[in-house]
Amino acid sequence: MAQTSAETATVVGRAAGEAAAARLARKSARDLKERAIEFVLFLAALSAVATTVAIVAILLYESWAFFQHVSIWTFLTDTEWTPLFENARYGVLPLLAGTLVTAGVGLLVAIPLGLVTAIYLSEFAPHRVRETVKPFLELLEGVPTVVYGYFALLFVTPLLQKLYPDLPGFNMLSAGIVIGIMIIPYVSSVSEDAMRAVPMSLREGSYAMGATRFQTAVNVVFPAAVSGVVAAFILGISRAVGETMVVAIAAGQQPNLTWNPTEAAATITAYIVQVALGDLPHDSIGYQSIFAVGLVLVLITLVFNILGHMLRRRFREVY
Amino acid sequence: MAAVTHEQNLAALRALIANHKRKDVAFGVVGLCCMMVGVVTLVVLFIDLLIDGHGRFTWNFFTSFPSRRAEQAGILSALVGTFLVMLVTMVAAVPLGVAAGIYLEEYARKNWVTDLIEVNVTNLAGVPSIVYGLLALGLFVYMLGFGQSILSAGLTLALLILPVIIVATRESIRAIPSAIREAAYAVGATKWQVTSDHVLPYSIGGIMTGVIIGLARAIGETAPIITIGALTFIAFLPPAPLSTQPPFISFEWLMSPFTVLPIQMFNWVSRPDPAFHYNAAATGVVIIVLTLAMNGLAIWLRYRIRQRIKW
Repeated sequence: MAQTSAETATVVGRAAGEAAAARLARKSARDLKERAIEFVLFLAALSAVATTVAIVAILLYESWAFFQHVSIWTFLTDTEWTPLFENARYGVLPLLAGTLVTAGVGLLVAIPLGLVTAIYLSEFAPHRVRETVKPFLELLEGVPTVVYGYFALLFVTPLLQKLYPDLPGFNMLSAGIVIGIMIIPYVSSVSEDAMRAVPMSLREGSYAMGATRFQTAVNVVFPAAVSGVVAAFILGISRAVGETMVVAIAAGQQPNLTWNPTEAAATITAYIVQVALGDLPHDSIGYQSIFAVGLVLVLITLVFNILGHMLRRRFREVY
Repeated sequence: MAAVTHEQNLAALRALIANHKRKDVAFGVVGLCCMMVGVVTLVVLFIDLLIDGHGRFTWNFFTSFPSRRAEQAGILSALVGTFLVMLVTMVAAVPLGVAAGIYLEEYARKNWVTDLIEVNVTNLAGVPSIVYGLLALGLFVYMLGFGQSILSAGLTLALLILPVIIVATRESIRAIPSAIREAAYAVGATKWQVTSDHVLPYSIGGIMTGVIIGLARAIGETAPIITIGALTFIAFLPPAPLSTQPPFISFEWLMSPFTVLPIQMFNWVSRPDPAFHYNAAATGVVIIVLTLAMNGLAIWLRYRIRQRIKW
């Protein structure tokens, strides 16, 4: 009797031990699976880093080959860009000038309109108006850029030619204006975010002193949100500089060192498109040149983006 | 004497207030006008395209290949090309983007690796699209040898919309209250069980909204695809993916040359003959309708989700 109970105890004990071992094995198998899943997800997240590394590596690799033929000094100071001609010249200045002029015209349109729109949406507009108009502004951002190119070349340019009959068919002015309209929603939404982040108490203080909405917006809200608004401008510049299809269609493809927006000139992006449309052999210097100018483009946008995000973070931390 | 100055002061004050109020109203009007510039442009642009392109909206336009004669040219190969490229983009970008979003929101510890990934996602969203074209030209077309194919184009656009999908995934995951997770953990679920059985199903609507918005952006992207050197005159369709002979399914179409709608439009805009401009306008209408429909779907989806969620 006593023996049996001892035996039973051992059996039960062994069974419990086995069950515990099995549970342990299951748990460790589960842990392993969990770790494997986490690792796979981590790799997916790392793809963002990999993309950046790949972009930098490819640009540097092909530019390196390019700068074996052309000295960096010539690249930065020569005033002609004719890599596809017989006697090739490799000065990036004309492309840079074209890029800056179109972006500049775009900003002259986008900054005032975007800023006033942002102040209106944040301080003046009734709730209903804001909710109805904002989706439309978002759609403006969603229209493909090639369509804007068509609009610039075949609608805006003829319109401008009625005002200035001397305007050539390809010109940086109409491309710049259309780019400006295109980035209004972007500038206005980032600025509006900054203004809405200004605490209500500041506005109430101003209203209590008898200020109107306009006075409050200009003297209280705008100064408090200024770093966010500047961030919006800078991020807008970055967009305008990288814009491709509008300039490739409407601004012309001839590199032209000029600051006059009524002339035709190629931008960095338009040049890349021009080369890609042709049939240049891989490993030719013309092929390498688009990576060199691409590197310049990335550096410009990178500087503006970093600056913009730093300013944006600053206004978020104030309150 | 004193009363007069008092009256005068009052009058001056009233004038001042009236002046300020006038300015206030004036700015309201100016603001409304500035805001409407964008909206009006959108409307004018669409009407301009419709006026220029309405003559081309015949059945033939959708069922013909590009042609030297503008009247006979159509967008069949571009439509099919756009559809196939979008398919590749979706298959590549959605799993990668959603997985990355899940990792960053649910798994990532606060350390420098996570910071690095986050900085990269933010920065990639700001890289001009044509730079993705240069990356694809060097990497996909030449190094990996995919050539100027549907596969190259689809992968390029996938990289381009990856940040959009990652950000959308993170935002919709973040909206889930932590009580849901805690309840699942309390009954012994593992992290992955919590994620796949609770977090993902509840955030799927928001993720889909992001995916649609990303794809709508990819449909209109022209610059990166031009940069990889896509041909613009394609008068044939890629090989069919399904056949009646074994093995019934074929992936030859992945390597096929192609054209897409925005490239076809760019090609027609760049020609001097105005007859082709009408084709371009009609193609533009097709692209805008496609992107607007997708954006509309996304907005509707977002609205539906907001209605349904009750926590």
